[in-house]
Amino acid sequence: MDKYIKLIFILVLYFICFNFVFPDVLKIPIFQKYSFHLGLDLQGGTSLIYKVDLSHIPQKDQDSALESLKNIIEKRVNLFGVKEPEVRIEKNLQETRLLVNLAGVKDIKEAIEMIGKTPYLDFREEDQSNTSTINFKKTELTGRFLKKADLEFDPKTYSPIVTLEFNEEGAKIFQELTKRNIGKRIAIYIDDNLISAPMVQEEISGGKAQITGKFAIQEAKELVRNLNAGALPLPIELISQESIGPSLGKIYLEKSLKAGIYGLIGVMIYMILFYRFSGFLADLSLLIYAGILLSLFKLIPVVLTLPGIAGLILSIGMAVDANVLIFERMKEEKRSGKDLSLSLKEGVKRAWPSIRDSNLTTLIIALIMFFLGSSFVQGFSLTLGLGILVSMFTAIFITNTFLELFENTAFEKIKILWP
Amino acid sequence: MFDVIKYRFLFYTFSLILVLGSIFSIFYFGFNLGIDLKGGSILNLEFKENRPEIPKIEEALKDLNLNINFQPVGEKGLVLKMKDISEETHQKILEKLNSLSPIDESKESFQTIGPSIGKELQRKTNLVIILCALSILFYVSIAFRKASRPVPSFYYALFGTIALCHDVLISSGLISILGKFKGVEFSIPIITALLTIFGYSINDTVVVYDRIRENLTKKTSQESFEDVVKKSINQSFLRSFNTSFTTILPLIFIYFFGGESLKYFALTLIVGIAFGTYSSLFLAPQLIVDYYLRKKKNRS
Repeated sequence: MDKYIKLIFILVLYFICFNFVFPDVLKIPIFQKYSFHLGLDLQGGTSLIYKVDLSHIPQKDQDSALESLKNIIEKRVNLFGVKEPEVRIEKNLQETRLLVNLAGVKDIKEAIEMIGKTPYLDFREEDQSNTSTINFKKTELTGRFLKKADLEFDPKTYSPIVTLEFNEEGAKIFQELTKRNIGKRIAIYIDDNLISAPMVQEEISGGKAQITGKFAIQEAKELVRNLNAGALPLPIELISQESIGPSLGKIYLEKSLKAGIYGLIGVMIYMILFYRFSGFLADLSLLIYAGILLSLFKLIPVVLTLPGIAGLILSIGMAVDANVLIFERMKEEKRSGKDLSLSLKEGVKRAWPSIRDSNLTTLIIALIMFFLGSSFVQGFSLTLGLGILVSMFTAIFITNTFLELFENTAFEKIKILWP
Repeated sequence: MFDVIKYRFLFYTFSLILVLGSIFSIFYFGFNLGIDLKGGSILNLEFKENRPEIPKIEEALKDLNLNINFQPVGEKGLVLKMKDISEETHQKILEKLNSLSPIDESKESFQTIGPSIGKELQRKTNLVIILCALSILFYVSIAFRKASRPVPSFYYALFGTIALCHDVLISSGLISILGKFKGVEFSIPIITALLTIFGYSINDTVVVYDRIRENLTKKTSQESFEDVVKKSINQSFLRSFNTSFTTILPLIFIYFFGGESLKYFALTLIVGIAFGTYSSLFLAPQLIVDYYLRKKKNRS
């Protein structure tokens, strides 16, 4: 490739990256569409992990139950007015978990209550195995099949009644359940508390049931509202929580950015002191390195967390490693009397195996670490890995293109510019 | 110039002292496990005015029976560590502290991790460490397969790996000592740093080995194997130092300016990378020379 074509390509790249990182300078609309995505640790927010109890759900129904659990929690969280809530189901060998990430929630207590208050409704039938006392065993009919709940009043006693309407599937199950329990009792449980246990007179089709517990009106109202907002199809238990105050996240962000900028400037100065003009050219490619990486963070998008920024800063230092290896080689080649053009070619050729190997090992480790799954490791290894890939391109291709521009020019002869 | 081969026993002694010290510390003091690995709760907060005295805080929270560990931070900050607590208890603590002296809620952070998550992370971490070690070993044995004569490539890989373990051990030892005396926790960030050292530190060794390999092909009949290794170390000195220093430089800024949560993460990396450079210049090549000399002696 002609070196001027390469140069034009690089300049275009500079232009694009500059606009991605600082969209408000030239105000080109297409670049203004993208923004950085900050993780909870940098913007403040709450991250909750619940353990999901799947033990009472047959294998084949588990996926759909989890899906409806996710939908119901999402609906709940949306009621709370959280911007871009993230609700995720995570399965591993031991247990199934529900992850809820709420950005910028001010009142965490309320958020947790909101999710936790979602009632878990289920129907149980008499357990025949024990005749002396009446026990109830779980059936497959749960709040998952609920279409809606209503508050009504008993025309005789004026006490409140909660009526339930099941969806099609639930109606069938309910019909089946009443059919085999005629003359027996069916118990209605909410959050594992027995609410009522009416006697079944006949098989009920149409999927309607009512709960005539001894409700206070307020209590019945609340239950109806909570059931309508979504009865949980599966019981959940909070096992982990992390919350970060909004200004704390801001402090973290400012501190880490400060460290990053100082680090970048420090490395750039060191490179100039040590490698003079070629160091300066390496610095130019270090700038575009940071630019490309930040643009990718916006484009992909990569959610920026504190460890992610740490990975980015570390990769700045690693990015110039390739330059150091090439420049040191060039020094040697020059000492043996070669000119800039030849020593550059030789330097790149000789340094390449160690550059390739060193980046490869770090990349392998970053890849393995990513699968550890802890959010700290993932944030760190993602930016570190991306950084290594980008730096292979910038440190070698871009720096060398710059150097090639000065081949066979008067510039090459000015001794003080070169190490 | 300082003869890096002749005085190699100085380096051996230095490394041996540090490694033995680290092993002692790890076995004797152990690690101060972070809550991300063992489960528990950590509450980070800042008072609006000056922080009340610790005994007063202890008194206020006494009836919650939590066996809390208090750590003052700066003038207004406070860190509370305890077993994993519910959201309700968390709110109770905040309430009680608030009535003692108002808390800046926007600067509060709370993390609670159930023991099951901690255990799972521990298990996963072990797996990842093994995978990383295996992949690096695999890599090293492939990377050096071309180095042969007069020392078989296997020994390059072996001594390179020993040097790597030396780096990681010393960094872990430091965290163990800091855990004992300054309460620094062995947590996921520290493990991340150690693994990164594993991946990065091997590179300096590769650079030096590469040089040895190259110089061996150009070796004249007057030069001994020791001379070639010595020359290679001297030639790689600057580039090894510079690659490490440019990597350490931003980490130093993270250590000083990056905030509390990244401080010891950065320190572990700094120490690991620094010792990585040291061991690739002053340990691994010298061990190869010693192996070579012993083999030569046995033969004659």
